[in-house]
Amino acid sequence: MTSFIASKLSCLRGQNLIFTKLDFELSNGEALVLSGENGSGKSSLIRLLAGLIKPFHGALSWNGENAFNDIASHFDNLLYIGHQNAIKSPLTLYENLEFWANLYGDGRDLKKTIDEALTAFNLTSIANNRGRILSSGQRRRLNLARLLLSNRPLWILDEPTVGLDKKSCEYLEIIIQKHRNSGGMVVLSTHIGIAIPDHKILDLNQFSTININRVAS
Amino acid sequence: MSPYFAVIKRDLLLSYRQGADLVMVLAFFLIASALFPLAVGPDPVILGRIASGIIWVLALLSVMLSLDRIFHNDYDDGALEQMEISPQSFYLIILAKIIAHWITTGIPLIILSPIIAIMLNLDNDAFITMILSLAIGTPILSLIGAIGAALSLGARRAGLLVAMLVLPLYIQILIFAISAIDASINNFPVRPHLLFLAAILAAALPLAPLAAAASIRQAFE
Repeated sequence: MTSFIASKLSCLRGQNLIFTKLDFELSNGEALVLSGENGSGKSSLIRLLAGLIKPFHGALSWNGENAFNDIASHFDNLLYIGHQNAIKSPLTLYENLEFWANLYGDGRDLKKTIDEALTAFNLTSIANNRGRILSSGQRRRLNLARLLLSNRPLWILDEPTVGLDKKSCEYLEIIIQKHRNSGGMVVLSTHIGIAIPDHKILDLNQFSTININRVAS
Repeated sequence: MSPYFAVIKRDLLLSYRQGADLVMVLAFFLIASALFPLAVGPDPVILGRIASGIIWVLALLSVMLSLDRIFHNDYDDGALEQMEISPQSFYLIILAKIIAHWITTGIPLIILSPIIAIMLNLDNDAFITMILSLAIGTPILSLIGAIGAALSLGARRAGLLVAMLVLPLYIQILIFAISAIDASINNFPVRPHLLFLAAILAAALPLAPLAAAASIRQAFE
């Protein structure tokens, strides 16, 4: 049984305390959806969970071990999809994914893995086209296809549905469901409709210091 | 494929498909060197005297102009942060990117340099030394340049900032490279100067990726 627990997390960006005393618990097969206004710290929390920024206070633990004590092994556990698509226009879709598959180095059959990832997001027909011809929705799908290149227990997705049409959202719902069925965890922030059955919700407005001040005054 | 080899392959493929970037750096190297005979006059003796200096200063500037290729694109589209949180050593990924930068910038400069040397009437005895000094020196330019490029991530007017950061650090490379070429023109032993250059390379090879990786992490904060 894997557990991913945040306790009393605070995040400081520059001079501003973005959120404080944030707790959550996540274990196998569970999904956590982050909600909150713009600027409530969803992306900051996501980057913090991905290990890109350090918490100002509090701890993030993976199976009881503090994730920031051994950040390299935390990186082994997760896949992070941010706002940016990390797609190279001069490379073909296949070459883009091939690079990431090599970097993740799971030792799986490379071609089969990449083909499956392309199929899951319905990109097979344009696999040999250069990245520059992609529409923004296709770029998003190619970026999400990275999730299928490696077996990692934790997926961290920052507004994965931006730019996706209804059909593409369904592809994403399917792979998230499969991931959870095989015991994976998902943390995602989103504004618009993606159906994630029985998920936990973390409302960041609750932890935002700015809102607390507003209420107090 | 080894992940680090995949990084090199990707960067080489990118610069091959975006060939204009490389051509522009090399064209700068050629055009700028063609300005000197016009500026100081066509006297072969004077040109031969300053040829080694021109070649090396222009090599420094050409490498500097190409430094934004190492990290900036990958920083802007989020690929660099994905590389950091990949299971591979970020230090070795950075080293692989620097090697790819040297292959696409340093080696073409080395190949082009004899043309400029002939054009500027460099002493024939000094050709081998010039190429050797560039072969040892240009990897150092890429290594130290990578630190400057990493420090300037996220900055406005990054190009000027890189110049301010990197050019002072290039001085010692210039000194030893030029003294090696001068030594070969004047029939003095060349070896000690090249060994000094090689010593700088030996220090920069392990240390520069370390500094670059630390500055990139700083940029993500």
